[in-house]
Amino acid sequence: IMCASAKYNTRGPALIPRMKTKHRIYYITLFSIVLLGLIATGMFQFWPHSIESSSDWTVEKRSVHDVPVVKLPADSPIPERGDLSCRMHTCFDVYRCGFNPKNKIKVYIYSLKKYVDEYGTSVSNTISREYNELLTAISDSEFYTDDVNRACLFVPSIDVLNQNALRIKETAQALAQLSRWDRGTNHLLFNMLPGGPPDYNTALDVPRDRALLAGGGFSTWTYRQGYDVSIPVYSPLSGEVDLPERGPGPRRYFILSSQMALHPEYRSELEALQAENGESVLILDKCTNLSDGVPAVRKRCHKNQVFDYPQVLQESTFCVILRGARLGQAALSDVLQAGCVPVIIADSYILPFSEVLDWKRASVVIPEEKMPEMYSILQSVPQRQIEEMQRQARWFWEAYFRSMKAIALATLQIINDRIYPYAAISYEEWNDPPAVKWSSVSNPLFLPLIPPQSQGFTAIVLTYDRVESLFRVITEVSKVPSLSKLLVVWNNQNKNPPEDSLWPKIRVPLKVVRTAENKLSNRFFPYDEIETEAVLAIDDDIIMLTSDELQFGYEVWREFPDRLVGYPGRLHLWDHEMNKWKYESEWTNEVSMVLTGAAFYHKYFNYLYTYKMPGDIKNWVDAHMNCEDIAMNFLVANVTGKSVIKVTPRKKFKCPECTAIDGLSLDQTHMVERSECINKFASVFGTMPLKVVEHRADPVLYKDDFPEKLKSFPNIGSL
Amino acid sequence: RKAEARRNWPLWTDRSLLKSFADPEELQSDGDPSLPSPRERRAAWLSIYRNSRCRMETCFDFSRCEKHGFKVFTYPRERDQPLSESYSKILTSIERSRYYTPNPEEACLFILSIDTLDRDHLSGQYVRNVNEKIRGFPLWNGGRNHLIFNLYSGTWPNYTEDLGFDIGQAILAKASFYTETFRPGFDISIPLFSKDHPQRGGERGWLYQDSIPPKKKYLLVFKGKRYLTGIGSGTRNALHHIHNGKDIISLTTCKHGKDWEKHKDTRCDKDNVDYEKFDYQELLHNSTFCIVPRGRRLGSFRFLEALQAACIPVLLSDGWELPFAEAIDWGKAAVVGNERLLLQVPRPDPAHARHKGPPSVDASGGGAPKHLPGLWQIIKDRLLPHRSRSRFLWNTLPGGLLALPDFSTHPGDFPFYYLQHGSSPSEKFTAFIRAVSPASSLSQPILRLIQAVSGSHYCAQILVLWSCEKPPPPSGKWPQTTVPLTIIQGRRKLSDRFFPYAAIQTDAVLSLDEHTSLSTSEVDFAFVVWRSFPERIVGFPARSHFWDAEQRHWGYTSKWTNELSIVLTAAAFYHRYYHSLFTEYLPAGLRELVDGLAACEDILMNVLVAAVTKLPPIKVTQRKQHKEPVPQQVKGMAGTAGGQRFSQQQDCLNQLADWFGYMPLVSSQLRLDPVLFKDQVSVLRKKYPRLEK
Repeated sequence: IMCASAKYNTRGPALIPRMKTKHRIYYITLFSIVLLGLIATGMFQFWPHSIESSSDWTVEKRSVHDVPVVKLPADSPIPERGDLSCRMHTCFDVYRCGFNPKNKIKVYIYSLKKYVDEYGTSVSNTISREYNELLTAISDSEFYTDDVNRACLFVPSIDVLNQNALRIKETAQALAQLSRWDRGTNHLLFNMLPGGPPDYNTALDVPRDRALLAGGGFSTWTYRQGYDVSIPVYSPLSGEVDLPERGPGPRRYFILSSQMALHPEYRSELEALQAENGESVLILDKCTNLSDGVPAVRKRCHKNQVFDYPQVLQESTFCVILRGARLGQAALSDVLQAGCVPVIIADSYILPFSEVLDWKRASVVIPEEKMPEMYSILQSVPQRQIEEMQRQARWFWEAYFRSMKAIALATLQIINDRIYPYAAISYEEWNDPPAVKWSSVSNPLFLPLIPPQSQGFTAIVLTYDRVESLFRVITEVSKVPSLSKLLVVWNNQNKNPPEDSLWPKIRVPLKVVRTAENKLSNRFFPYDEIETEAVLAIDDDIIMLTSDELQFGYEVWREFPDRLVGYPGRLHLWDHEMNKWKYESEWTNEVSMVLTGAAFYHKYFNYLYTYKMPGDIKNWVDAHMNCEDIAMNFLVANVTGKSVIKVTPRKKFKCPECTAIDGLSLDQTHMVERSECINKFASVFGTMPLKVVEHRADPVLYKDDFPEKLKSFPNIGSL
Repeated sequence: RKAEARRNWPLWTDRSLLKSFADPEELQSDGDPSLPSPRERRAAWLSIYRNSRCRMETCFDFSRCEKHGFKVFTYPRERDQPLSESYSKILTSIERSRYYTPNPEEACLFILSIDTLDRDHLSGQYVRNVNEKIRGFPLWNGGRNHLIFNLYSGTWPNYTEDLGFDIGQAILAKASFYTETFRPGFDISIPLFSKDHPQRGGERGWLYQDSIPPKKKYLLVFKGKRYLTGIGSGTRNALHHIHNGKDIISLTTCKHGKDWEKHKDTRCDKDNVDYEKFDYQELLHNSTFCIVPRGRRLGSFRFLEALQAACIPVLLSDGWELPFAEAIDWGKAAVVGNERLLLQVPRPDPAHARHKGPPSVDASGGGAPKHLPGLWQIIKDRLLPHRSRSRFLWNTLPGGLLALPDFSTHPGDFPFYYLQHGSSPSEKFTAFIRAVSPASSLSQPILRLIQAVSGSHYCAQILVLWSCEKPPPPSGKWPQTTVPLTIIQGRRKLSDRFFPYAAIQTDAVLSLDEHTSLSTSEVDFAFVVWRSFPERIVGFPARSHFWDAEQRHWGYTSKWTNELSIVLTAAAFYHRYYHSLFTEYLPAGLRELVDGLAACEDILMNVLVAAVTKLPPIKVTQRKQHKEPVPQQVKGMAGTAGGQRFSQQQDCLNQLADWFGYMPLVSSQLRLDPVLFKDQVSVLRKKYPRLEK
């Protein structure tokens, strides 16, 4: 669970204050002068001795038509065709990736050139809008380096996104003459439309030797698993059309097909489905008689009905994505954007980013042969799952499809994860939409294990100067069979702890830790002296717990090692009048917290409390000398998503709010402060993690009509 | 060149005028009428993509699996054909699985009886003339729908992937798979296992406690052979560099093979001495990370050994297709290193390494025939891609094998994932009453029970499983209830009560016997508790098991004890998914066992849930002691009807422990009561006052 909801809200349009036009002109002029000055200095300094012709870079205000022209001789070398056996350990030079202080690969981009053949005819369009966006995104990212000698990955500025727009042999020659080409080692090419008539290869036909390919239409036969990256075919509509996210739920149509130029055989199969299932299936095609000026790509037709594209996609639960001449389809991006669940029918297609994305959560893949069964297959998907897929589809689009930037960064991240696998992004980070990351708990730290009883627990007593009471607590606790060590945290800097000889003689090691400052958080410090998993935090005045009760508490903790297991229980309530949380210590039927004046928990939570407590909670607690227990309850519940376990019946405890004798007023201030803590912590955590339950744990035979001497824990609940 | 500004990709002045990479219409109409029809293309694929280019869609006949479902056939064993112990374990294990069929007509998958595990032709277990033998099999059909197992391929010096026979279109399940020869989505990489590996059960993982962050004696260990020459020697030769004698221990020996002294180098003598100073098992069990380098082949025994010892493997085996990578997310369980960057692998950070091992070991089945279920499920998932498990289900406890896609593919439908999924179980339950009494009219207890249960506002419906010979009383005889009451006609088998009836619509099932006596308060409280523990059995009367050291078997007791490990399903809440697991996950043989013994079915249900969750059931407050239809029995007292029943229960427990290979039941020492239960406070303040009467 994240703890920073507030962060997202503070960002608003107000970030860039509007300036008055007069000022703006002034600033722009000033800026331009400074910039020109800088450029001039830069040119002066670097002109003579830079490796690459630095003019490509230093002049900011340039047109793509002004870039240097490179003439490729007819006999200039052509790289080998791609090597299908390439894998990271055979074709990739990992030694180039040594500069990795942050476990980030360094990516270099070649400067833009215009390539022409011997006769001066250009080899391809210099650069497309999308490829420029992609390179800009890389250049702006953490991966970028302008130092060719430090680079781990090289991205040519030769645009091969669309194979149809380039001359294959000459493009290959252009690649081969790149300064660091070296058989394409560590070079990354981006291609979205591979192949061409008549065979429509599923990978870029440009010979590229060992270069990695981020390709948009791989089949399982051309995709080199663990080497290439499968990417989406970008849909420029993403940038043009704003489709607001639509909540999950049933839509007007069940199945929709919106692709144009489908193979007639597919179309007839789809029409058969429509004939069989009626209006819940909608098969659209290109409109034939649109008035002039209406772009054909933004309309779809069914008989005489005209629909807006891609808006119509939001009207359907499932949207069919069939293969065309190629496997990758730009329509997939449109469909995801609409939150329509894609039904992918394209045998052997490697789905975009399939190395990291779990497409089973966002799509239904149906073999081409099973097309006639599509309707019944889709009907067997439970509604709840459909809704999740709708959300997931939209999330995939937002995170990995919506812009060339998203596509570029996901591709680099995947390669980065391969090179530094120990720093790789987890499945959850790739796949969980923000709403799930927010509401769910992934608690990988605890497995369902009952720790061995033999390990015992370490009791930690926080004390200031109540020595007499402290000694009684030590004596009482030492009677508990599973106690393995006792740690006294001496929180008084003005007074020395009693001499060794004065301490009670007990059967287990007793250690005194002196603290540097009188802070409540000292109670939760992960002291090296704690060698057991279980910790019993106990106040220096809790003398009323019997040995049976403490031993039983330890046994309960063993069954719930990831929870707080404690004695006095407390509750938080929503105060409808005041519209805020309220702390409750009365005799209630529910509990949501246990006091840490007497509670067992895993020592790991000491580490979390000390080093991972969100916001300023820890300092706040130390400054106010209160609520460390509430903070601990919040922390544990937030990490585990689980409730506390209160053990054994209610007893009279000596603690500020239980002793009404101290006077009502004190009691009330205390309660007010405790309520404030809950409200404060809930806002820092950005959620109310505490869980309310109606149960407590007692020994199996508690209060049963059974001889007391045969019970494991007879002395429970006595006052 | 100091303080130079970073040279970024230029901001072209005319960038907004740049053309798109593709014409929008071209992008949206990606068709070519001159292309062959999809059907022709698929037919052509069949002849192009064969053998080394096999994929499921070109080399596997799906239609064989449609009619009879996923069934596995093993070729009859030939008498003169020697079988290694491992291979015969595999065959036996298949034959006792729920997917086995003796009829080749029904089979979806075929397994040869020729032992292909060891294809090192210098090995004694190498079977010759496999090609000829295979050609003689009428069912072979070019290897289509066959699955071939292999642990060792090739031999000194280059250890190729060659098996010495043509596997054709058969799926290869192989250890030490090299990524280049691996046919993705078709072949399956398996871990290397030794012949001592148990068929089921076996030693549990060595992870006994959640030491977080893992703090062990050693950080990183390796103890093994160092090859002086040949393939794989590079990696192992380099390992001694990291040895520091303190928390990083790397020990190698040169002693292997007959003529090691010939190749001996200067380090050998000292290394060989150091090698003897440490015990392999001691290192394995006391280290956070274990290096698992390639051997001569890519996989090694130490991979499974490290996982079982709960030592996080650091893999140094370039090009190894990791076992079951189609399902298992190894990034969660291992550190995948790079042989070439041996010295650059950063000092692993224990805090970063979450507890990785055991879930994957469980998911991958540990190895040996134990991993066969994983294999079947991976292949099954390929047959019906739309009803297959997501990676989430494969990699989240309790693992993919226990998340049946036939039940659902949605995490929210299972009892295990509410927390990770951010959802909670449904707010109502289905009361499921089993009636077996032969009486023609409804007895008083069942009427009272129906009243009490329907009084709970959490109750969504009542189902009565009528398991009597006589037909159920007409609907007019049943009490009027506010919730729907449905009668289901049972088949009069004891295991019937755990059949996944479609009528059960809620996540929670309250399982009841007709004689059970419960009050509405008890039901309400128990249901509220169950919602906090939806993966467990939460109920009333409890039993416990114990190890009888004298008799050397498991004992079962219904006496009042301080511990419990079984909650009787005569009055218990559990998730409806357990009906599916009971009926579809457990082998038919176990259900038959249960049908033949008295009162064994609820022990099996408890054993199943404990095996899945590794947690004890939960007992909640009960107003008065549950009325046992049979008087309490003392251990070992046979003869009377009750005694016979008791000894059958004991027998049942022992047979189950034997079948599972270990005792899955876990004991608990607690009972959950309402917060104010029997506290000295006015009953008016208590939510469940009736529980105290």
